[in-house]
Amino acid sequence: MQNTDIRKRIKAIRRWNGIFRIVGLLSTFVGLVLLFALMADLFTDGFPRLSYKFFASFPSRFPEEAGILSAWVGSCLVLLVTACAAIPLGVAAGVYLEEYARKNWLTDLIEINIANLAGVPSIVYGLLALGLFVYFFRFGESVLTGGLTLALLILPMVIMATREAIRAIPNSIREASYAVGATKWQTVKWHIIPYSTGGILTGIIIGLSRAIGETAPIITVGALTFIAFLPEPPISSDFPFISFKWLLDPFTVMPIQMFNWVSRPQKGFQLNAAAAGIVLMGMTLLMNGIAIYIRYKFRKKIKW
Amino acid sequence: MKKNIFSKRYLKETFIEGGLLMAALFSVFITISIVIILAYESYGFFKAVPLKDFLTGTQWTPLFAEPRFGILPLVAGTLLTTLIALIVALPLGMLVAVYLSEYAPHKLREIIKPVLELLAAVPTVVYGYFALSFLTPILQKFLPDLSGFNALSPGIIMGIMIIPYVSSVSEDAMIAVPMHIREGSYAMGATKLQTAFKVVIPSAFSGIAAAFIIGISRAIGETMVVSIAAGGMPNLTINPLEAVQTLTAYIVQVSLGDVPHGTVEYKTIFAAGMTLFLMTLGFNLLGFWLRKRIREVY
Amino acid sequence: MNTTILTELKAEAKDLNFLYGQVHALKDINLPIERRKVTALIGPSGCGKTTFLRCFNRMHDLYPHNRYKGEIILYPDNVNIISPEIDPIEVRMQISMVFQKPNPFPKTIYENVAYGLRVRGTKKKQVIDERVEKSLRGAALWDEVKDRLHNLAFDLSGGQQQRLCIARALATDPRILLFDEPTSALDPIATSKIEELIIELKNEVTIIIVTHNMQQAARISDYTAFMYIGEIVEYDRTEKIFTAPSSKLTEDYITGRFG
Repeated sequence: MQNTDIRKRIKAIRRWNGIFRIVGLLSTFVGLVLLFALMADLFTDGFPRLSYKFFASFPSRFPEEAGILSAWVGSCLVLLVTACAAIPLGVAAGVYLEEYARKNWLTDLIEINIANLAGVPSIVYGLLALGLFVYFFRFGESVLTGGLTLALLILPMVIMATREAIRAIPNSIREASYAVGATKWQTVKWHIIPYSTGGILTGIIIGLSRAIGETAPIITVGALTFIAFLPEPPISSDFPFISFKWLLDPFTVMPIQMFNWVSRPQKGFQLNAAAAGIVLMGMTLLMNGIAIYIRYKFRKKIKW
Repeated sequence: MKKNIFSKRYLKETFIEGGLLMAALFSVFITISIVIILAYESYGFFKAVPLKDFLTGTQWTPLFAEPRFGILPLVAGTLLTTLIALIVALPLGMLVAVYLSEYAPHKLREIIKPVLELLAAVPTVVYGYFALSFLTPILQKFLPDLSGFNALSPGIIMGIMIIPYVSSVSEDAMIAVPMHIREGSYAMGATKLQTAFKVVIPSAFSGIAAAFIIGISRAIGETMVVSIAAGGMPNLTINPLEAVQTLTAYIVQVSLGDVPHGTVEYKTIFAAGMTLFLMTLGFNLLGFWLRKRIREVY
Repeated sequence: MNTTILTELKAEAKDLNFLYGQVHALKDINLPIERRKVTALIGPSGCGKTTFLRCFNRMHDLYPHNRYKGEIILYPDNVNIISPEIDPIEVRMQISMVFQKPNPFPKTIYENVAYGLRVRGTKKKQVIDERVEKSLRGAALWDEVKDRLHNLAFDLSGGQQQRLCIARALATDPRILLFDEPTSALDPIATSKIEELIIELKNEVTIIIVTHNMQQAARISDYTAFMYIGEIVEYDRTEKIFTAPSSKLTEDYITGRFG
């Protein structure tokens, strides 16, 4: 090949390289632009509806009167149940798989199973919950059912986050602990869990932020879309001061309230839907922000 | 110093290990419960409806006076919206992954990755609202035939929603390709583009395939976007401009209504769920196997 | 000519064999460990010296598919510490280990040293305070850290971290202290400090050290065992090994002809 030919060829490849650099950057921004458009759309439609009254009112037949009180209270209570169920179970399973499990068929089975569960559509969890919690255990269409359903849904995420955080701990730390005579549980309790807390917390919060936005499985278990009362308060003035009756109360959650409004034709309800969307996005972004902050904070604190 | 397996310490350790094992096994019980419940209710359904009618019927009208139980329209709706989503997500996700792993400066990558992941964190009901009230009206300006409910708009939104699933797994696979393999290519005078497409992508093939499969599985199972923006009419069509109903949207539609527990209509959602579960199960297992293979290669 | 006079033994390996799965890593090892002396294990990489060292505190029990055969007897108790009937955790409580790279926990200096006591369930603050000070003094680190006991251990230099790991191992009064190439990750000054420390420590505790540095073995040990491909080729007083080895293989190794 002639020298000039080579130069020509190099020039052409260079050009393609440069073009791709721009195409790549643009593709990366497609998603971001959409995210921005989505927020802008929500804000222009819904922002005027955001007021104290919107947060403090029950749903109503009149769009201007309607609010999200029962929805955000419901979301908080459901999330509480989800956290209480998914965190201990998920962390324990993650610790088992990383620190205790031997390499055998049972471990393989559990691993394949978790990978599959992570990919099961959320609505299938809803069907499971409908059969299991609503009709088999007879929890009814309650806060408890909703919370447990979402707990099953985010369990694989919590397990995987726990495992990943634990895997980052170097083996030398484990050996140092065993070398002075610590048992497995002492090593887990004093080293493994404390040093992986950052990663685990990040995973839990991201899981919970996903749970708060989930709609489909909650619809399947029969959460109501029109609830004009609050569940029983968990704290009462009479003995024994703590009540668990709210667990069995019917409920609604933020995304369901939004879905309900979206599916109504009147313009007023569409605006309410956008306003509920802003609140929902706010909750999700806040939780994701906290997760990113925690990850950053812990990464700075512990460097192996 | 003799080991005493009945000592307090050993009992405690064994007890704790047993408890943790139970927690790990719990996930297996979840899968078993899913299979049992879907199978049990579907069994009731198939006692009333022959499997042949279910698989080959072209009409799905379980709530009509004269019900028909052909699953094909729902499967077609699911596949159509999934296909549209993939047409958007796979090329974009790949480009993003190549750009982030091979081109982007480290700083930019650290900022963009978490922001991209927000795309997967946005509640799907919000995406549904966005597809219905923002994207569909815009698309109607270019495509006057587009009906208010259609497969195209939710398909596109779903595609963008699953970009981070596709891009982050592909990117992980590309970053895992050892530097010396790239250097071999650079040393021959190749550009980044040539290295990326001729060396890095083929080396990371299993991981990229796994990423695609995760994306497919997500799109098939996605519910709210299609429930809100694709319509509620089972429709055996390949025309993206028409309204369709997916398996997931059908389950939502029935759940919102007052179908009594135990009737055939009630059991249809489990038959639809079973179909959905089997479709995603296949993809999930394939994805798991592919990812496991990458881990073994490096 | 065997010049070892078995005055007082702390431990003894008898026909010790060790297998990683199918790999026969140690073959018929016989070795006495003298009380309050430093015994060095030398040999080319992969000869099994670290594997052998890790048998003494049952570290191999942490991983699957490892098998011991034969005995390591601990005196004066006369128990075989690698027997499956013996609790590895109790063995480790009495035979501590310092690793190749300093591996302090990401906790405070104080908590690092106190860890072994906490593992044993010691709760009294006063007792722990005393032991922490004593061990840090023992590890020649007290003067450098006494004002910042509650700082993170990661803030210390590499050499200080390694001395902290020694203090951590000393806190529980071990009967034998195992060192696995403790200076391989350190600079020469930090290395010489650790070497001085080891010489001092032998007044109180029996020491076994693995090293790939022959000068180090010559400087600090009383006895030296030369290992090659999973076997002990020669064991003797250190001066003897380095001046008049009886085996040709040992001589080739210490004169640098291979390794």
